[in-house]
Amino acid sequence: MTAPRFVPPLLALACGPGLVAIVARTKARMAGRVGPPLAQPYRDLVKLFRKGAVYGATTTWLFRAGPIVGFATAAVAAALVPFGGLAAPLAFPGDLLLLAYVLALGRFFAVLAALDTGSSFEGMGASREASLAVFTEPALVLALVALARLGGTLSLSAMLAGVGPAAWAAAAPALALLVAALLVVFLAENGRLPVDDPTTHLELTMIHEVMVLDHGGPDLALVGWGAAVRLWTFGALLVGLAVPVRTGDPWVDAAAALGGMVALGVLTGLVESSMARLRLRHVPQLLLGAAVLSVLALFLVLR
Amino acid sequence: MNAPLDAILVGILLTGFLLLGSSRLVSCIRTVALQGMLLGFLTLAAAERDAVGRAAVLTVASTAVKGFVFPWLLVRVLRGAQVRREIEPLVGYGASLLVGLGVLGLSLWLGTRLPRPDPPLSTLLVPVALFTMLVGLVLIVTRRKALTQVLGYLVMENGIYAFGAGLVQEQPILVELGILLDVLVAVFVMGIAIFHINRQFDHIDTDRMAALRDWTR
Amino acid sequence: MPTLLLALGVLLAGAAGTLALAAVPRWGARVGVGGAIAGCALGLVAAVRVLLGTPAAPLHLAWSVPYGAFALALDPLSAFFLVPIFALSGLAALYGAEYLGGRGDVRATVSWLFFDVLVASMAAVVVARNAVLFLVAWEVMALASFFLVTLDDEDERVRRAGWTYLVATHLGSAFVLVLLLLLGGGGSLDFDRVAPAAGPGLLVALGLVGFGAKAGLVPLHVWLPEAHPAAPSHVSAVMSGVMIKTGVYALLRTLTLVGPVPGWTGPLLVCLGAGSGVLGAVFALAQRDVKRMLAYSSVENVGIVVLGLGLGLVGRAAGAPGLAALGVAGALLHVLNHALFKGLLFLGAGAVVHATGTRDMERLGGLYRRMPTVGAATLVGAASLAALPPLGGFASELLLALGAAEAAASLAPAAAVPALVALGALAVIGALGAAGVARTFGVVFLGTPRTPAAGHAHEPGLAMRLPLVLLAAACAGLGLAAPWLLAALAPVVTPLAGLDAAPALAPAAATLRAVAVVEAVLLALVAGAAGARRALLARRTVAVAPVWGCGWAAPTARMQYGATSFAEPLLRTFRTLLVVRRRIAAPGGPFPAAASFGTEAPDPYRLRVWDPAFRGVRRGLARLRWLQHGEVQLYVLYIAATLVVLLAWTVGRP
Repeated sequence: MTAPRFVPPLLALACGPGLVAIVARTKARMAGRVGPPLAQPYRDLVKLFRKGAVYGATTTWLFRAGPIVGFATAAVAAALVPFGGLAAPLAFPGDLLLLAYVLALGRFFAVLAALDTGSSFEGMGASREASLAVFTEPALVLALVALARLGGTLSLSAMLAGVGPAAWAAAAPALALLVAALLVVFLAENGRLPVDDPTTHLELTMIHEVMVLDHGGPDLALVGWGAAVRLWTFGALLVGLAVPVRTGDPWVDAAAALGGMVALGVLTGLVESSMARLRLRHVPQLLLGAAVLSVLALFLVLR
Repeated sequence: MNAPLDAILVGILLTGFLLLGSSRLVSCIRTVALQGMLLGFLTLAAAERDAVGRAAVLTVASTAVKGFVFPWLLVRVLRGAQVRREIEPLVGYGASLLVGLGVLGLSLWLGTRLPRPDPPLSTLLVPVALFTMLVGLVLIVTRRKALTQVLGYLVMENGIYAFGAGLVQEQPILVELGILLDVLVAVFVMGIAIFHINRQFDHIDTDRMAALRDWTR
Repeated sequence: MPTLLLALGVLLAGAAGTLALAAVPRWGARVGVGGAIAGCALGLVAAVRVLLGTPAAPLHLAWSVPYGAFALALDPLSAFFLVPIFALSGLAALYGAEYLGGRGDVRATVSWLFFDVLVASMAAVVVARNAVLFLVAWEVMALASFFLVTLDDEDERVRRAGWTYLVATHLGSAFVLVLLLLLGGGGSLDFDRVAPAAGPGLLVALGLVGFGAKAGLVPLHVWLPEAHPAAPSHVSAVMSGVMIKTGVYALLRTLTLVGPVPGWTGPLLVCLGAGSGVLGAVFALAQRDVKRMLAYSSVENVGIVVLGLGLGLVGRAAGAPGLAALGVAGALLHVLNHALFKGLLFLGAGAVVHATGTRDMERLGGLYRRMPTVGAATLVGAASLAALPPLGGFASELLLALGAAEAAASLAPAAAVPALVALGALAVIGALGAAGVARTFGVVFLGTPRTPAAGHAHEPGLAMRLPLVLLAAACAGLGLAAPWLLAALAPVVTPLAGLDAAPALAPAAATLRAVAVVEAVLLALVAGAAGARRALLARRTVAVAPVWGCGWAAPTARMQYGATSFAEPLLRTFRTLLVVRRRIAAPGGPFPAAASFGTEAPDPYRLRVWDPAFRGVRRGLARLRWLQHGEVQLYVLYIAATLVVLLAWTVGRP
């Protein structure tokens, strides 16, 4: 395995918080404020890593394991997804299914860590997170399988490498539907509006933030970093699909992909600024709609 | 593969799914309007070289009627009846989306079985037309507000129109305008009827109207 | 074969010994347990030897029963199913020795007679090659488990559960009887001389009903959530882990005997499996009783197994070797994995019940700190059920998902559409199952104890802890060893998939090896991150403080999220599939004294399908009540009249 193969996960680790910063900055600008500097998430991570830790009296080792497993699974997920023209280091046929299972592992431990505190707030977050997963997992898997049919392969790296201008010219409606479906999954899995508001201060309206209320110090840093890496990973999937620049020169492709990530960050900020949160009972319908779009794309390719 | 035609057909499919999953009546009306307009463009895209002029006239007429007149009428009725949302339908919204997927599968399968014109304009045309008709039927059967059932009737009519636009190469403009007039009258009459029903009973829930059958005994 | 016969002999000897020593309860129980463990160990050796390549000679002895014969054979399929039967039963016997040990009464001792007979009959079902022998073993299995289920029959609910179980199993057996008679076709009833007297479609349908009732396919599953909680925990583990798999085995054997099946069988099995899986998972989320939740989870996993079988049949019909082999291989591996993790979970639940005296999740909590070994082992079982890497449940579900994904991505619509349905169903079932097991584990073991009984729980003894640890190790081992297991499965898959499985499974084995690399990277990252955090915190202050309570002055343990509250969003989304009854005593007045809120979730199929059906049958049969008037002379007249008619008919025939 050559050195360039490690670029996608390293980029995710390094630039994930940057993507979070772009989204925050766009939202601030839309609200008429200046917004935090782009380096703010990095400063927050450093600050948190410098702190000590406080653990709840009721917790066991599961509470301490939750952030670690969440971060590790996010890093492994980043190692499964290609970026620009660069293939992922852990690519093999069937890795699109492993992506879903690895993320499920991180989510399982996060839910258990939340239940470990014995607090009703974390329990509520855990309950909502587990319920949402029932709808985001099929939506993600179906979208990836539709893409697999288009690309004729079950490996993410090979699939996305094949989505160039020729693929878009041949199957534009199906690819457009898949981009829409994956955008909905991107927003849902990363806790963005209209599914979840990352900046709310009311515990009763939270999903992801309330699950980690009792983490502090390095644990909270790992949680935040893991979330940023997941945001980047899903974004890389989406950008690989939506930005069909495949010139063969790795620098050009990577630059185009980076531009796409910045555009995705701005787009997410715009979407978050312009939509209100959906009622929780309507979120399954939204995700079911995303799954329907994926199946529709598959049907279009199937005939 | 005719790319603009395919894109329009996929758009019609999406409007069908939007209708199945949406509960706000105003957005349902707007979706049906959009579907009507897409059908107008379908006529244009499906027309033969020398019939473009006629097709253009039809497009303008159907866009005007289906895209603007019908929605305006129906929104007026809606405001008069003071309803905003569909109440819980017989088949829930999520389940309706799944039913829609099943109907799409069925239409695709039937589309391969039915005899096709040669050469086919697009392999999607017959399935999409079938799908639209069946979606209209599903709306009529599973929704409770009379207004949604009128929308279902309109969607069925759109489906039949889509069939015609694709399969019949030469369309006498008179026939099509006649059908449009038919539908216009029907919607007009239904709109007035709904308005009066609402005035009389203060609601337009059709399953409460089933109680009326006792009056005939 | 001789080893297997020896194993069966030891088991039956143990049963006989228990009966003989019933007057001395302690020794009777020891003989029973010892016979079970020794017999299972011998049987395991016999089965593994066949799986590793040494073929076993079949046995065929004459039997005085008409059409019957002692025909036994140990082919790879039978050997594969013998492995979980003997492994889990042996460990359950060890566990049960301590679980029932405290009672010391005659009834507990005699239960070992039935336990040994149950294990022997399950093994006999799996190796029988004659319809009469099969039916005898099937019936003995049902009766032995019935007596085990009704061990605590002073409880009215246990008696009713036992009765439900008996009725359900015999209804299934009726269909099995018809199926076996049709397979024999009037000639021999040996399995190697099959001459079907009916079309394969009808035979498969009969098999689905008869064996599906034993396996627990929806809507024939209604006995599972009654019988499995009522039985003692080691018996529940055996019933849920291996007894329902004999139904799956019998279905597989039917498919090999019937010949080429019609094309609709594959999609039908996919739909039945998907429906069972989703419904089982949703029903499991609605339960407060731990063992009832695990029983519904068994329904869900049997659904996954049948889904895999359906995929295999779809692949076979479409001429796709990859799908055919992967579907069957995934289903078989899931049978093994489910036996292990469900057995583990039931034994863990038994430890909890043993320590706290209650099965109600809303009365438990915080048990991990009091029972760390049980908690850790149960966590491994729960993670395996949730199909998480690197455990066994993940490996089998990944195989099924791989087959379905490949089919959806490359085959014609006739095979791609069922594969797509299977893939969507697997994703939903997996997420629902993970939510269910996270809920159960979290509410029971994590947080703070909700009642004093939970607060005083204690770790059980070695005999109960050792099986838990061994099963947990097996779950992890199966996950890590999956690529090599797949190669060993090839001879079992080949007759079922109708083609040579080894080359068809090769790409999947390569994927599993790559997955193992990813798992290694993941474990390394976890270890690295944990080490880095420890190094960081070594020089900083680490404190322990109360959990954030949003300013509540006196939080109580009852304020935690409980089982019902955790499942509420999902139950609301799936409310059309459930029947949830709420009992609300609302607080009234300005100073309410008491208020209560309770839910119960009866089985919708039992409520809406089976109970009305049985009531209708009872009403119909009540018309025949006039036959039973109590006068002995008329009964004797009935018997005499029947005998005369039979005599006239037999003698009077030309």
